[in-house]
Amino acid sequence: MISSHIGYYSLILGFVISVSLLFYSIFCLKKKNQNINQNIFSLLFMQFFTVVISFISLVYSFVISDFSNATVYNNSHSTKPLFYKITGTWGNHEGSLLLWLLVLTLFILLFIIFSKKQPTKYRILSIFFQQIIILGFFLFLLLTSNPFNFLFPVPNEGLGLNPILQDPALAIHPPILYLGYVGSSIIFSASLASLIQNNINKEWATHIKKWIQISWFFLTIGILLGSIWAYYELGWGGFWFWDPVENVSLMPWLCLTALFHTVIVLEKRNLLRSWTLILSIATFTFSMIGTFLVRSGILNSVHTFANDPERGVFILIFLFSLIFLSIILFFIYQVNENNTEKNFFLISKETSILINNWFMMYFLSVVLIGTTYPIFLEVITNEKISIGPPFFNKLIIPFLIIFLIFMALGPNLKWIKDNYKNIKYSKIILFFVCILISFYIVRKTSSEILFSSILGGAALYLLFINIREFLSKKNNTSQTISHLGFGLFVLSILLNSLFSDEFSANMKIGQELIYKKEQIKFLKIKSLDKENYKSVIANFEIKDEKKNITFLYPEIRIYNQPNILTSEADIKTTVFLDKFIVINLLKGEEIFNVRYQTKPFMIWIWISVCLISIGGILGIFKKTNI
Amino acid sequence: MYGKKVKLRLLFLSFIFIIVALSVFLILKSLEENVVYFISPTEIKNLPEIDNKKRIRVGGMVKKETIQLNQNKISFVITDFKNDINVTYSGAVPNLFAEGKGVVAEGYLNDRSFFDAKKILAKHDENYMPPEVKEALEANK
Repeated sequence: MISSHIGYYSLILGFVISVSLLFYSIFCLKKKNQNINQNIFSLLFMQFFTVVISFISLVYSFVISDFSNATVYNNSHSTKPLFYKITGTWGNHEGSLLLWLLVLTLFILLFIIFSKKQPTKYRILSIFFQQIIILGFFLFLLLTSNPFNFLFPVPNEGLGLNPILQDPALAIHPPILYLGYVGSSIIFSASLASLIQNNINKEWATHIKKWIQISWFFLTIGILLGSIWAYYELGWGGFWFWDPVENVSLMPWLCLTALFHTVIVLEKRNLLRSWTLILSIATFTFSMIGTFLVRSGILNSVHTFANDPERGVFILIFLFSLIFLSIILFFIYQVNENNTEKNFFLISKETSILINNWFMMYFLSVVLIGTTYPIFLEVITNEKISIGPPFFNKLIIPFLIIFLIFMALGPNLKWIKDNYKNIKYSKIILFFVCILISFYIVRKTSSEILFSSILGGAALYLLFINIREFLSKKNNTSQTISHLGFGLFVLSILLNSLFSDEFSANMKIGQELIYKKEQIKFLKIKSLDKENYKSVIANFEIKDEKKNITFLYPEIRIYNQPNILTSEADIKTTVFLDKFIVINLLKGEEIFNVRYQTKPFMIWIWISVCLISIGGILGIFKKTNI
Repeated sequence: MYGKKVKLRLLFLSFIFIIVALSVFLILKSLEENVVYFISPTEIKNLPEIDNKKRIRVGGMVKKETIQLNQNKISFVITDFKNDINVTYSGAVPNLFAEGKGVVAEGYLNDRSFFDAKKILAKHDENYMPPEVKEALEANK
């Protein structure tokens, strides 16, 4: 009760500080101060502090199960384990927005602390733009999704958190993802500020690159966590379904990846200024669109959680005003491209980075169209459709081949101008060797051998070239690791999809089935009572052709509040293969719906994404580039 | 007439244009091929013709006491309280698949009353109902 009051008034105080910061920063701009005003700094700190207080009081309400708070009532339950009481704070709409706000205020504070070498006016302008965003979120929280609404009479028990969200990976997935999203807001504000100050140049690029790398790192890890969760929790045995909710996180990622590369051109060659700016704006826009689509209930997704359309309207208006503002600024303050250095040669590192950007934009448009087309069609014609994985696979995978080859060759080109004669024959031979190896691996699969072997070959090529690069002394470690990771990533996905096998049946206890060369035996079940659910654990014995026996223990959990069944897959991971089994109740408790899958190289998909993101974060610690 | 630079630039621009046009064409073309329509049992009854090569989604409620099982197959009836359709499926079902609950099945029509499902879609919330199902049910009340 008390904590909700504290949280609410703290939030209002934060809002007031935000408004005063907005005006104060305009006031400061007019003065010709050399240093940033100490008051601004204190205000920023106070603002962060109020949001922290607000957030802590919400967490506290969750921990003590204070059901007079509507958010707690709707999303928590007194029997829930403490860990999920805490993580449940951001497992819902209101709490997750408060978390957004928390990260927003934290980031602008950090930005000001770590940008002391930048011009004062630029820093104040960044604060100004960031405050517009922060203000928008304050209003959004206070007007449409107040986390501290009271309930009277006070209910005795809460409604509980959706059990599939009661999971460690999903507990940290939103905060990490938000670090990425919100990081892009800093890039957005800083870009607009430097547009007005007309200081989009090499020095600015070096400074903003760190923020791009940080956001990119968190965004990548955030998406990875969501994907791992989907793999073991949803029971489909896949890690990416081209589901709208996944796509909206991929869109800012593609944009940010393009920006990551472009900013290097800006840093080295002082080129592509407008383009850098456009990408900064686009990345933030897509982060906001992601929030909007997920939170508004517009998405017709199989894993949208219940939500409220009115909120969507607010985000939509907010989003459009931000886009409108940035477009106007973009036209008023023309970026003057530096013409003297504007020599683009066909074969050079900057061209290869541009090619990367083109591909990213193409992938982005495919994902964007595939995600939004059903929404538009429904609004216009009232027809309901969905667009499945084949659409994305067909449009993205063939282009991936060319993309991989460029990715293998591009980074080794020189800046400004290179000659195609510098590409050594050994590289061309290596390429064909890769295709041969790949053909040898995939030759026994049934479909599209030629296509698979070329794709596999290209991925292998990228992998080999980067391994060689890694072993040579004069390498760019962060880039090599990321690119190596990407090669491994495509390769593992390809092998995974080619060699995955699946078997499903309805089985009784004691039944034994033979599928291909494996014997699957349903041994027994046992029931256990846990803190807030009843667990039914089955025991399966898998005997493969070499008589190796694996025991698997898939589980069904019957949660008491809300009363929901979830299946917990059991996965045995080895270096080469994941054995994945999931069971489900069908009718009564005698016959179980069993799905057994073998998924090769699953762990390599996760490892490769880790490599990709580690490469990105390593760049921050690097003092000099080659 | 024009300098070499202008020509090059023109060439470059037309190159970009062709690429953009080509990718838009590709995207739209494959959009057309890969769209999956959502249809209710009543709409199936009223379809002018049955295309059994077109992947569709059927949504509604799993009719009470219609789930039948054997080792490899599950069959049940999807209803929108006006019309029914018989569904056969072999494979894994999501957690909340049960009689009297909402369901979306994706697959191919054999004829107007038999549907061969390839996928049963999951929901994550017992109270959640795919918007299509909700509307289809409301439209038929």
